Amino acid sequence: MTTRRSVLLGLPLALAAMPAEAAIAGMAYTSNEKDNTLSVIDLARMKTVKTVPTGQRPRGMALTSDGGRLLVCQGDSNRVDIFDTKTWKVIGSIDTPDPEYAALRQPGNNPLYVSNENNALVTVWNIDTQKMLVQMPTGVEPEGMAVSPDGKLIVNTTETTNMAQFFSYGTGKNLANVLVPPRPRWAAFTHDGREVWVSSELGGTVTVIDTKTFKILDTIHFAVEGLRSTFIQPVGINITHDDKLAFVALGPANRVAVVNVPERKVLSYVSTGKSMFNAKVKKYLLVGQRPWHMAFTPDEKYLLTANGLSNDVSVIHVANLRVVNTVPVGQQPWMVLVSPH
Amino acid sequence: MTTLEPFPEGPSVSGRRAVLGAFAAVAGTSLVRPVAAAPAPTLTIGYVHWLHSVETISLIFRPKPDNGRAGAEVGVADNNTTGRFLDQNFALASVEVRTNEDPVAALNTLIAKGIRLVITDRPAADVFKLAEAGAPHGVTIFNAGAGEDSLREADCRNNVIHTAPSDNMLTDALAQYLIWKRWPRWFLVYGEHPRDLRLAAAYRRSAKIFGAHIVADRQYKGKAGSRETDSGLIELQKQLPVFTQNAPNYDVLVAADENSVFAAYLPYRTWDARPVAGSAGLIPTSWDPNSTEFGGKQMQDRFIAYAHRFMTALDMNAWVAARMIGTAASYAHSLAPGKIMAFMRGPQFQLGAYRGLSLSIRTWNGQVRQAILLSDSGRTVVSMSPQPGFLHQRTVLDTLGTDKPQTRCKISMASKG
Repeated sequence: MTTRRSVLLGLPLALAAMPAEAAIAGMAYTSNEKDNTLSVIDLARMKTVKTVPTGQRPRGMALTSDGGRLLVCQGDSNRVDIFDTKTWKVIGSIDTPDPEYAALRQPGNNPLYVSNENNALVTVWNIDTQKMLVQMPTGVEPEGMAVSPDGKLIVNTTETTNMAQFFSYGTGKNLANVLVPPRPRWAAFTHDGREVWVSSELGGTVTVIDTKTFKILDTIHFAVEGLRSTFIQPVGINITHDDKLAFVALGPANRVAVVNVPERKVLSYVSTGKSMFNAKVKKYLLVGQRPWHMAFTPDEKYLLTANGLSNDVSVIHVANLRVVNTVPVGQQPWMVLVSPH
Repeated sequence: MTTLEPFPEGPSVSGRRAVLGAFAAVAGTSLVRPVAAAPAPTLTIGYVHWLHSVETISLIFRPKPDNGRAGAEVGVADNNTTGRFLDQNFALASVEVRTNEDPVAALNTLIAKGIRLVITDRPAADVFKLAEAGAPHGVTIFNAGAGEDSLREADCRNNVIHTAPSDNMLTDALAQYLIWKRWPRWFLVYGEHPRDLRLAAAYRRSAKIFGAHIVADRQYKGKAGSRETDSGLIELQKQLPVFTQNAPNYDVLVAADENSVFAAYLPYRTWDARPVAGSAGLIPTSWDPNSTEFGGKQMQDRFIAYAHRFMTALDMNAWVAARMIGTAASYAHSLAPGKIMAFMRGPQFQLGAYRGLSLSIRTWNGQVRQAILLSDSGRTVVSMSPQPGFLHQRTVLDTLGTDKPQTRCKISMASKG
């Protein structure tokens, strides 16, 4: 190891940017909204190794806990296809109108919650039989979906009518509808299940909601020096398993904000792309534009962002809060997921 | 709603009412709104609809009788999709007024029904009359159709909200793109109608602000066309090159033709090989049926499913008015027009309307600030303004139209909040 390290020290800095210990195993997948494909990234090689054709407008995805099946919402084809991640063959299909996003209940890989954006519905499916179990009416344009860690509570965000809507898993009952700032896009539970964090794309905020009382605990605002607030549009939220850090993708601000979860304070902004403005930021590495959704590697050493406007994936080193790599993928990547192995 | 299989670990839900009616009695703050089982109170929004036929050069752009009103209807339906969870119901009461009929009489029938929030697509003079007539009754008029800057400036009234972009906003939006494109030399062509003259003035103003040069300025007199005759096309193909010849060197022809009399005949018929913009060619507009960005695909799908036709800019302006009312009602937790308007005019109000940045009200003249699409004559969306690089201390949306320091509107629209 000593010899190897000394060799590395002799290399130019650019080549040493990915230290040997940082080699990541496993695969990542992006759904590419514009060219109707999935990109399969080999994380060890940091390279797109396969492009899988899909139906029209793939966006939301869910992965079974063993990583064996990838469920892909194809809004303009009105179906969710189930891909075998070894053969990349479609092994099942759920016909449902305009699916945008899907969340899989864990443990058990069932059922699947789908937001049907055009129909103001959340539909619930058994992925083994591909039969619908129930449907729940929502506000206009349901989008973000999340299931609580204990699987008992479901939250959906209605993009056009500004609500975080809570449903009970067991009965499908509508428990509460919490008004949040405009265009809520995404919801994420803390791993202790006590809070749900909801991003508002146009409001430029993240609302923290108590999952027992459904009261708003806090509203997190973002400000980047030199950047008009209208360009700060939070979408994806990923929270570390220890509930210490939350990463919030800020869309056209081309940055990912790092938030201290217990204190709900913004620590830093990781830049993922070239901004139109001369912005002062703590971390500033030019990579991709308009990050929307993100995924951790299983060890949470890295966070991947899908950059919709630059057609690539940024790889953030979580401990260093630095962007360490960029991987080109298909057109307009919407979501990214990482295999558990 | 169908239930095909038992819901795992719990009773199945077999009907919409069961889902809507059943809710847990959760501890409620003012922000928590469980679904109510009782019939919800209703707010009726008025619509004074101008029923008239419009001649257009292109048949496919001839407006349908429900132009505008259908947008408000979809907006009200969207309000109700949310309202069912918030114990709020919305309805639309539309009165159709033909060109020579009195819009104030129509407004009075709405006022008599207790309606205080009224959308209209009538022309500018009628918007002014409606505002004056409605003011003593506490009526707010939402102007979805008239672009005249005078309505926002010298003739502004504090009970009018303009969801239609002003002429200045549209001409600024096009000017920014032409400057970004490095096409600063304009050949300005305008018609004889007073609206054409005002629009031409708006282009001259935009050129000055954004650094374009109007190298030639020409009025088109007489009605182009003879399109109904068999030889009409041949006539046009002779007339328009002659009209546009001997112009100094220019980059783009900018046409101001509000009544669609001649501008659509300009592309491909100019003397010089130059692109056309303005009332034909590259058109600045608040909506285009091809706009799918920023979630716009969902709006288009929802509108087509309802109206069985494409969504026009007027439909969008009316949809925005209905959704502004619904959005303010949900945040204000009230269907009272006074509370709705107070929230709408407050600093927290924002509406997502499928154009990236959210819409809000300019306190100085009641204009709704909004991004403007640049449409290739309704075929594709070419761009959206504000363009990159045009900056503003408040919001880049205020680079379009009359800004606060320039306004001549003396009535402060500001409200509490």
